[in-house]
Amino acid sequence: MPEAATAKEHVAVVGIGQTKHVAARRDVSLAGLVREAARRALDDAELGWADIDAVVIGKAPDFFEGVMMPELYLADALGAVGKPLLRVHTAGSVGGSTALVAANLVASRVQRTVLTLAFEKQSESNAMWGLSLPIPFQQPLLAGAGGFFAPHVRAYMRRSGAPDAVGSLVAYKDRRNALKNPYAHLHEHDITLEKVRSSPMLWDPIRYSETCPSSDGACAMVLTDRAGAARAPRPPAWVHGGAMRSEPTMFAGKDYVSPRAGRDCAADVYRQAGIADPRRQIDAVEMYVPFSWYEPMWLENLGFAAEGEGWKLTESGVTELDGDLPVNMSGGVLSTNPIGASGMIRFAEAALQVRGQAGEHQVDGARRALGHAYGGGSQFFSMWLVGSAPPTT
Amino acid sequence: MTGEFTGAPRNVAVVACAQSDHRRRTDELSEVEMLMPVLHEVLERTGLTTADIGFTCSGSSDYLAGRAFSFTMALDGVGAWPPISESHVETDGAWALYEAWVKLLTGDADTALVYAYGKSSPGSVRDVLTRQLDPYYVAPLWPDSVALAALQAQALIDAGHTDEPALAAVAARSRDAADGNAHAQLPGARPQGEYVVRPLRTGDCPPIGDGAVAVVLAAGDRARALCPRPAWIRGMDHRVEAHSLGVRDLTESPSTRLAAERAGAFARPVDTAELHAPFTSQEVVLRKALRLDDSVLVNPSGGALAANPVMAAGLVRVAEAAGRIHRGASDRALAHATSGPCLQQNLVAVLEGEARA
Repeated sequence: MPEAATAKEHVAVVGIGQTKHVAARRDVSLAGLVREAARRALDDAELGWADIDAVVIGKAPDFFEGVMMPELYLADALGAVGKPLLRVHTAGSVGGSTALVAANLVASRVQRTVLTLAFEKQSESNAMWGLSLPIPFQQPLLAGAGGFFAPHVRAYMRRSGAPDAVGSLVAYKDRRNALKNPYAHLHEHDITLEKVRSSPMLWDPIRYSETCPSSDGACAMVLTDRAGAARAPRPPAWVHGGAMRSEPTMFAGKDYVSPRAGRDCAADVYRQAGIADPRRQIDAVEMYVPFSWYEPMWLENLGFAAEGEGWKLTESGVTELDGDLPVNMSGGVLSTNPIGASGMIRFAEAALQVRGQAGEHQVDGARRALGHAYGGGSQFFSMWLVGSAPPTT
Repeated sequence: MTGEFTGAPRNVAVVACAQSDHRRRTDELSEVEMLMPVLHEVLERTGLTTADIGFTCSGSSDYLAGRAFSFTMALDGVGAWPPISESHVETDGAWALYEAWVKLLTGDADTALVYAYGKSSPGSVRDVLTRQLDPYYVAPLWPDSVALAALQAQALIDAGHTDEPALAAVAARSRDAADGNAHAQLPGARPQGEYVVRPLRTGDCPPIGDGAVAVVLAAGDRARALCPRPAWIRGMDHRVEAHSLGVRDLTESPSTRLAAERAGAFARPVDTAELHAPFTSQEVVLRKALRLDDSVLVNPSGGALAANPVMAAGLVRVAEAAGRIHRGASDRALAHATSGPCLQQNLVAVLEGEARA
């Protein structure tokens, strides 16, 4: 039994900022990039650097920019001098994990107002090189992430009987959603379903247009306690639940189509948030979909559809921006992928939605939204559920 | 606010520790193979299994390992099945301990496994650490970690805070103390040697080596059940300073002072301090920042001068301080960890044992 503890402090998102994501931000340094997102989050919260008690920063491997522990160099740009600065690294889920570590600082009452930020400036280096350093006695990952995930998509298609066309529907939807998001990297104004379907096959069954881009960008949020939320100029998003789960990379019992770590993580978040029926009780979902087929796969893994049924939600238009369960309103990872920031962008988009601040990609009346991130070989998961009203417990 | 709560915070303690024998090289072992015995040992001490642990957090560095996502293989070694609640910091394991402590304070978990490891032997750690400097203006010049520490040492000498014989005395005292530490890489008396980078001699510098450490944290009654004399964390805080050496006074460590204040270190005297000072000159800076006088036993383990497994050495300080409390050799101890060039980032934890009858 947990030892008696005072109830956790409620955590509110009162500021969100991100950069316009592009293939290469040659006009700014790493420091300039993170500063831009942080400044926008502070402006949204109408707070200054002095109002921040601690900074929690995350990004994917340091090899992507060629800087070891870049948070040390970035301390000045993040206004962290004299403050606690914590660096999180949990592979592709890192943007989500970073936000959760920041939220725990507030929930534990160790800090009151925390700036959290995640970034990636992939143009500084070569991500494929960063991931492909040869390691003795280990299988090389020569085919990139798509090569690793394509067989698992195939396994899903076989298992569920999903028709071949579902992946292209996801990509077509997400790229159209991205047109409504001024910060999204890919703005393909001439996108058509036919163009997605006729794009080159990269890793069968994943086509070029069903693949995430490589982006430069940063995302920041200001998290605070109830007193801070009461002073916020715009509606806060309240954290109702958050969790991380990890499982081993490789072992005989691993289900790559629907990893147990993902299912357990979602179940923990729903338990915390009092969600019994996610399909009915959650209004919008931002999930980490780097390859189109992961939308139906994660719909099942996250409990929005029964096993083998996720693709039917996608096919019937339920996940469209005006559907009954909008998924990836921002355009998702398929339209914007600064890897280390991608998880935090999902979390931030969920918060934007319940704050009613999502602009043209706003889901009407979104009261509860899920932000989801995953990383590694589908082994690291982080999620949070945010609401427009504060938690009741 | 760190360490000072208006409500009724949970009490969290270090209940078990284990570390490897730190060695100059471990060519025959992968990181995972180096870590595994340490993980097994710390779990055996508490009777817990991986599945019993509420939260797991680790510290390590991809650059030291020479590959991206290097921590994923260590996670396989932990045996994360069924799936575990887990996170990782890309720095010294002392910061993983901080993340785990915060997690336990939220009440979401009652126990935590924290571990860290580093192998410096496969490459040149002096060169590797240059890559953590400002990538545009400083890193291209490749100033290495010893050269930067030498700048700091010379600044201290110029300011009259120390001199070379005093630094030699720090080295001698530390390595003498390490004689009683079975894990130490460099125990016992050794010559100060030649200058590496003036004014620092071989004896003023840490050994280069490989090692791993793990600790188990537990809250409240769980801690009492798992350990006869838990090392209660009375406070913990960390602070960072500007990166650029040109804008810092290298003879001071305001971040250490502030972290110690927030951790409650000055509320009552400590009897022991385990300082993460890889260079003799850095102990001079830290003693001043932490107001440690001769009544405090400093680095009875030998400190980082006796074993400095990069990314683990800070968490080793916590383990050493907690171990003394577990054994009844200390009642109130301070543990310190550092990261970045010339003590840029510093963490302080205050540990206490309950009064003995």
